[in-house]
Amino acid sequence: MTPEMIVSTPEPKPLLTAKPYVPERAAPAVPPAPAEVRLAARDFHLYYGLHHALKGVSLEIPSGSVTAIIGPSGCGKSTLLRSFNRMNDLIPGVRTLGHLAVSGIDVAARSTDVVELRRRVGMVFQRPNPFPKSIFENVAFGLRMIGIQDREHLAARVESGLQRAALWDEVKDRLDRSALQLSGGQQQRLCIARCLAVEPEVILMDEPASALDPTATARIEELVLELKGRYTIVVVTHNMQQAARISDHTAFMLQGELIEHDDTRKVFTSPRHKLTEEYITGRFG
Amino acid sequence: MSGTTLDPVPDAASAPLPVRERRPDVAGFSFTALSGFAALLIVLMVAVILGEVVWNGWSTVTWEFLAGVPREGMTKGGIFPAIYGTLLLVVLMVIALIPFGVGAAVWLHLYAAQDSWFTKTVRFAVHNLAGVPSIVYGLFGLGFFIQFLGHNVDRVLGLDVVWGQPALMWAALTLALLNLPVVIVTTEEALRTVPRDQREASLALGATRWQTVRHVLVPQALPGILTGAILAVARGAGEVAPILFTGAAYFLPFLPKLPTDQFMELGYHVFVLATQSPDIDATRPLLYGTVLVLLALTFLLNLTAILLRARLRARLLGRG
Repeated sequence: MTPEMIVSTPEPKPLLTAKPYVPERAAPAVPPAPAEVRLAARDFHLYYGLHHALKGVSLEIPSGSVTAIIGPSGCGKSTLLRSFNRMNDLIPGVRTLGHLAVSGIDVAARSTDVVELRRRVGMVFQRPNPFPKSIFENVAFGLRMIGIQDREHLAARVESGLQRAALWDEVKDRLDRSALQLSGGQQQRLCIARCLAVEPEVILMDEPASALDPTATARIEELVLELKGRYTIVVVTHNMQQAARISDHTAFMLQGELIEHDDTRKVFTSPRHKLTEEYITGRFG
Repeated sequence: MSGTTLDPVPDAASAPLPVRERRPDVAGFSFTALSGFAALLIVLMVAVILGEVVWNGWSTVTWEFLAGVPREGMTKGGIFPAIYGTLLLVVLMVIALIPFGVGAAVWLHLYAAQDSWFTKTVRFAVHNLAGVPSIVYGLFGLGFFIQFLGHNVDRVLGLDVVWGQPALMWAALTLALLNLPVVIVTTEEALRTVPRDQREASLALGATRWQTVRHVLVPQALPGILTGAILAVARGAGEVAPILFTGAAYFLPFLPKLPTDQFMELGYHVFVLATQSPDIDATRPLLYGTVLVLLALTFLLNLTAILLRARLRARLLGRG
């Protein structure tokens, strides 16, 4: 290496270290190399009409980790989460500025194939929302949408999805029953199974346990810990104990701004910002 | 209440409220009586109509009446061509109506920009179409479908008069048009009741917008769509004005085989029997019988749809 090369002007830093996005339908999720950045936001703004809901958020989320986003109601944590799979598109009058990327896909670009993006970035909602179909058809839904029709292929993937969501043993004898007959906690794990069946790389969870009782909540938390590593998980939560229990990293948001983003232990034991400390010690929020 | 004149406001606010006087609640009582009477009147009217029709028509409705054709200037014989024509008309109408109605409702609910002038115009048109008298639809069917569309089809194909005359198809399309607003409004209402999180769940799993419509929204709105179809069938089987100029025949000895054939229809047959008969007294039993069959047919069609809807609802609720 010559000295000129070392002092030459640095290339503009690429937004992501991940490989460029190659559309490939139904590709199995390859376990990524550790510490690869899976989700990245840089100076990301979002407006609902005139309301400035996200004000220049920048963060990087490594592959295979669990990141919790905490903050008081209306701080923009759900909005940020729903930006990663463009769920905010459903709301009229939403505009975004800045950069947002998932595994090399430029999420915010107009030309992005939103359907493909959402296949790679699964989502679990606050209230369990199974379809009024059978348990089997719920898990098979995403697969059928890709065009898989072969019954055996579907059955194998449905089983593996239910296995990974720790629901298989409870429902294997009644796959043709309506999903609405399951308990709330089971329904939520079904929604996770449904999401896992399409082999996403990222799972976004919007307060996934807030509508559940403590036992069901504990099972969801266990599940998140089991899925960690294979998937990159982002959890929005109101529950700070939950954030502390399940996440590797914690992001604290307030009024549309990302105040602090660090290792969970650091955020909870020695936060850098006074606002973070006040929030996690319960002085507001 | 002494010494309160200087500062009346807080005292008035803290003074005890007057005890409500006990007296007969005349307004309440008369309202209850009136609304009860109104409800009773409806039941009575239905009972009188049904009773009259069943009482006078019952003995006429024999197998020969149901399966036979009108004879001797409609003073004897049966009404099979009219039953057949009515069923065919209603089925064709539903086939034309549901795709258009549901399509328009889906577009209005999901695809249309809600604030655009075009969407507003469409909504305005739908609501106004619902108020147009049915005879106007009949004239429109004659002018548009037969005189304009049919004639031009004949001209382009170099045919003699085939499409450019009253026909089963044009009557069914006219009736479909008449019922379009009902189906659009009920379908859109039904789509609105599908929870937002169902739509989000589908999209988040990588379903396209069309797949979400096809596999999530429409199946869950199906009971509501059926309600629209039920209303349309009930109205379609009984409306005479729209088919008067567009395809219904006074008397046909044969059954319609092609969509370009004319047909007999129960509602129109009732009109014919009641007004055009050479011998009123001989026709009267037939008239009652025909009305009874028309009512029974409408009722049966509705019952089928209602049972189907109940089954769909049970499945959507996770039972059955």
